[in-house]
Amino acid sequence: MAKAVAAIVGPGNIGTDLLLKLRSSDVLDVRYMVGVDPDSDGLARAREFGVEASAGGVDWLLTRPEPPELVFEATSAKAHAANAVRYAQAGVQAVDLTPAGVGPFVCPSVNLPSHLDVPNLNMITCGGQATIPIVAAVSRVVPVAYAEIVASIASRSAGPGTRANIDEFTETTAAAIEQVGGAAKGKAIIILNPVDPPMIMRDTVFCALPAEVDQQAVTDSIERMVAEVRQYVPGYTLRAEPQFDEPRPGWQGHARVAVFLEVRGNGDYLPPWAGNLDIMTAAAARVGELIAAARIGATT
Amino acid sequence: MAHQFTQAQVRDTVRALDRAGVAVIEVAHGDGLGGSTFNYGFSLVDELTLVEAAAEEATAAKIAVLLLPGVGTIASMRAARDAGATVVRVATHCTEADVSIQHFAAAREMGLETVGFLMLSHRIGPRRLAAQARIMVDAGCQCVYVVDSAGALILEDAGDRVAALVDEIGADAQVGYHGHQNLAFGVANSVLAYRAGARQIDGSLCALGAGAGNAPTEVLVAAFDRLGVSTGIDVDTILAAAQTVALPYITRLPWMDRGSIVQGHAGVYSSFLLHAERAATRYGVPAHEILREVGRAGYVGGQEDMIIDIALRLADRAGTSTARATGAVRMTGGAR
Repeated sequence: MAKAVAAIVGPGNIGTDLLLKLRSSDVLDVRYMVGVDPDSDGLARAREFGVEASAGGVDWLLTRPEPPELVFEATSAKAHAANAVRYAQAGVQAVDLTPAGVGPFVCPSVNLPSHLDVPNLNMITCGGQATIPIVAAVSRVVPVAYAEIVASIASRSAGPGTRANIDEFTETTAAAIEQVGGAAKGKAIIILNPVDPPMIMRDTVFCALPAEVDQQAVTDSIERMVAEVRQYVPGYTLRAEPQFDEPRPGWQGHARVAVFLEVRGNGDYLPPWAGNLDIMTAAAARVGELIAAARIGATT
Repeated sequence: MAHQFTQAQVRDTVRALDRAGVAVIEVAHGDGLGGSTFNYGFSLVDELTLVEAAAEEATAAKIAVLLLPGVGTIASMRAARDAGATVVRVATHCTEADVSIQHFAAAREMGLETVGFLMLSHRIGPRRLAAQARIMVDAGCQCVYVVDSAGALILEDAGDRVAALVDEIGADAQVGYHGHQNLAFGVANSVLAYRAGARQIDGSLCALGAGAGNAPTEVLVAAFDRLGVSTGIDVDTILAAAQTVALPYITRLPWMDRGSIVQGHAGVYSSFLLHAERAATRYGVPAHEILREVGRAGYVGGQEDMIIDIALRLADRAGTSTARATGAVRMTGGAR
């Protein structure tokens, strides 16, 4: 079966991890790795894997005899904002791992099916990919007036981009908790922890619930969702059963469910504790494969 | 106080501190702007309402707010400024100063006075701490604090850190000190910090604060007065403020109980105490054991959610060990 031709733009840690994840894909052929620095280690690594790699940027990529159908952007928000226009003009679909937010938010286990044809898909944030499935799992069972997530990541896994604009993480994730997770109001918190050896990514999701709630239905929905996410992030686990609390005066009459997650990375290129980076590449790989499968299905 | 301040309490306290001559009054949820959450506890009254009330009452004192990058945002800082705050204190874990760069830049643009908090300062040595202070100063911070969030620093631990910061940042910015009472060194450390060059010192009336409380303002003022150090604060007025304004509304006076001493001993963020007590009640495991585990795991300020996680594991382990003990007895019986 013909595979869809794909490219990764941005040969850093994220781009390299994504390449390793997609090397064995049945539906995607990652043929190109693109950067801007001829001395980039990432480009050299890509060549070792038999991928055509160039520091010629998007100009080079879009003038290939067989240009890609799909591009994964693992550069920066600024670079993607500039590149996105050119992908759109060339008819190349883009999966955006930066915070540029050109296209709609996508979480593969929640809203991908309705976005397969969208020209530009945004992968939200690492904390969003880890927690929004849980918010969605609760909100498909009961109305969620408010959802709050706390993402704890190892300091070493927070790159300069994240550090320079941490507000972007909290604001983007909060918006996606509402738009994709289905909560009426969203709040996101991120904590960097420097302990050594580095801590594995942890996420906690709190959802406000109606005072009368079928706890079993909520738990079942969460467990089904965890199984779904595990299809593309095998190290995605519940640390404990969802914890239910009775309504308290300070909670405006709401009860609460708290869900404790651990996200252990697959260790493809990035270390396993960097689950926050792994869930981004794993989710992007999942999105790319499902798009490719749909395209191939449509042409055969 | 578990974030349950009323507007009247804030107004009364600000009036009393302002009258006594306190230069800066922080009005904040313990986890700063945007800290009113499930994870940290919801405020009774919206912070901005309290900031506005405080700004109305203050005649000479400046009103400060707290911001933890990752919890609060520049948008929340702007709202606080519009409500009347003129100082922002930006707090990061002591190794993560670079996440505050955007907030200091924005604060200076807004015309706010800036203070940087290096939380859990006991976790790294003086030299590394000074390097983090430098990052904040270069970003626009006008005073960097050595913050003993766990009340774990003892005498030279505090003085040496302050001296290293003074040495690094010289005349570029001031240095401050924020002490806790978990091991009873809050006031003594503040005096040593002053001697090492700190020129802003934090306190709270009746020590009201997390863990075993902050360094009590009224004690700091009396002690500095005895040492002949001018604080600009009148001793009698601040003693009256503590006795007649703060004390009557405090529902639980902070003190050095088992949990808070363990915090000082194991280096645990002071705000974790009440959360650990709640988890202890809910899951039937001792609060001090939860706090020990927090110290062992190296959790930092903001990771209150991990307290429930630890309580669940301790409860689980307690269950497991009982089962094991029973099994062992049976095996012994069987062998005989």
